[in-house]
Amino acid sequence: MDDLLQRVRTGERRAVARAISQIERSEERAREIVVDLFPNTGDAHIVGVTGAPGSGKSTLVNQLARKLRERDIQVGIIAVDPSSPFTGGAILGDRVRMQDLAGDPGIFIRSMASRGNLGGLARATASAAKVLDAAGFDVILIETVGAGQAEVSIAKTAHTTIVVEAPGMGDDIQSIKAGILEIADILVVNKADRPGAANTTKALRLMLHMGQTNNKRSSTKELVDSGVNGTRSLLAEEGSAWDVSVFETVAINGDGVEQVAEAVLAHREYLQRSGQWLQREIDRSRQEIEQILQARLAYQLESHISKSDRESLVKAVASRQVDPYTAASRLFGQIFPKR
Amino acid sequence: MEDRKIRVLIAKPGLDGHDRGAKVIARGLRDAGMEVIYTGLRQTPEMVVEAALQEDVDAIGLSILSGAHKALVPRIMALLGEQGLSDIPVFLGGIVPHDDLPEMKEVGVTAIFGPGTGMDKIVQAIRDATAHQETSSGG
Repeated sequence: MDDLLQRVRTGERRAVARAISQIERSEERAREIVVDLFPNTGDAHIVGVTGAPGSGKSTLVNQLARKLRERDIQVGIIAVDPSSPFTGGAILGDRVRMQDLAGDPGIFIRSMASRGNLGGLARATASAAKVLDAAGFDVILIETVGAGQAEVSIAKTAHTTIVVEAPGMGDDIQSIKAGILEIADILVVNKADRPGAANTTKALRLMLHMGQTNNKRSSTKELVDSGVNGTRSLLAEEGSAWDVSVFETVAINGDGVEQVAEAVLAHREYLQRSGQWLQREIDRSRQEIEQILQARLAYQLESHISKSDRESLVKAVASRQVDPYTAASRLFGQIFPKR
Repeated sequence: MEDRKIRVLIAKPGLDGHDRGAKVIARGLRDAGMEVIYTGLRQTPEMVVEAALQEDVDAIGLSILSGAHKALVPRIMALLGEQGLSDIPVFLGGIVPHDDLPEMKEVGVTAIFGPGTGMDKIVQAIRDATAHQETSSGG
């Protein structure tokens, strides 16, 4: 039946596009596609690009893809934008910044709506990346939804995570908060021609320096283990550390992007040399299995809990006749009855 | 677990720089629950068709106010045909003189929406034109 997936493997663009739509549309079809294509995946370098809305992620992705194309690297791009929580609709506008890439057969751009998924990615993102991987794209750039402080799913989906900051986004206390900055393998201060850029870069470098000093004090083993929870250590193993660097770019005209492209390629080499590639594959696999389990559970919730029971409990809680824990327990009991 | 969303490409081919209308349409379709891929200004016919292919859209909306529709639209329709994408319904909005409407229909445009067309009408037309895809989306 899967002539379509055979065509994906030969890199046929229309088949790639169609397969990604099918993944978005149906979890059951996503399963078939991933089962079928999985043996053909694993070669692509998955690079996440995240950062606040307006920090210049799409523009940076555009320029980064150009730099990779200069090296004859085939680049697949998945650009995620948010869905409306009210209508489910979305405006996917990342292609606007990627017009330079039009007409290049070594580039494939796919816009994707988050469809209510939290964490900055869509449920279908990881599986769509597998389609691009199987179709022969060497590097897959995943641009997240404009992210705030806690949208860190990308770090468990990508091998390399680029966090994009822009000047003027906050004082130096922002830079030592937990969250998005911790997941960066590469930090970019974009719009570096704007006032305040030097201060942002300085604050980020200071933050990195503090991190390194602290990390050296605790045992390296612990840090690697804590990577399971998503916190990445700067030290992979004694003596072969990846130094997170801060790069300044003006993505709109390409300034500084060459250095970012070099860092992306260097990071892949580092992961492979240090054995960290395997560790990240473990993290990635764990995340993916978890996501699939959660999706199935969510489906069970949706399909096995009576809607009218749910609505009457909602009203009961709102009118303070029942507390929310008791209400949830009653609904939960419809899927997993207490013995 | 079906999650069928209508995906629409909204493109502005040609050289005019007035994208307010296209943005209003994009916003209206978003509010109707559709996923709108907005490509911005100054798209060549090749870019429009490439985006439609990569994004696997269910419908295409073109906004043209430059008067170049007689050159751009037939070219886009021809390229869609070359790529095997003739089944995607194409809608045209903007400024299209009444006399040109038959020609636009002839090259395959599904419907033309002039200034003042209600959003409801546009949403319904896209839903109608894409309804058959619900059952024939197997591959």
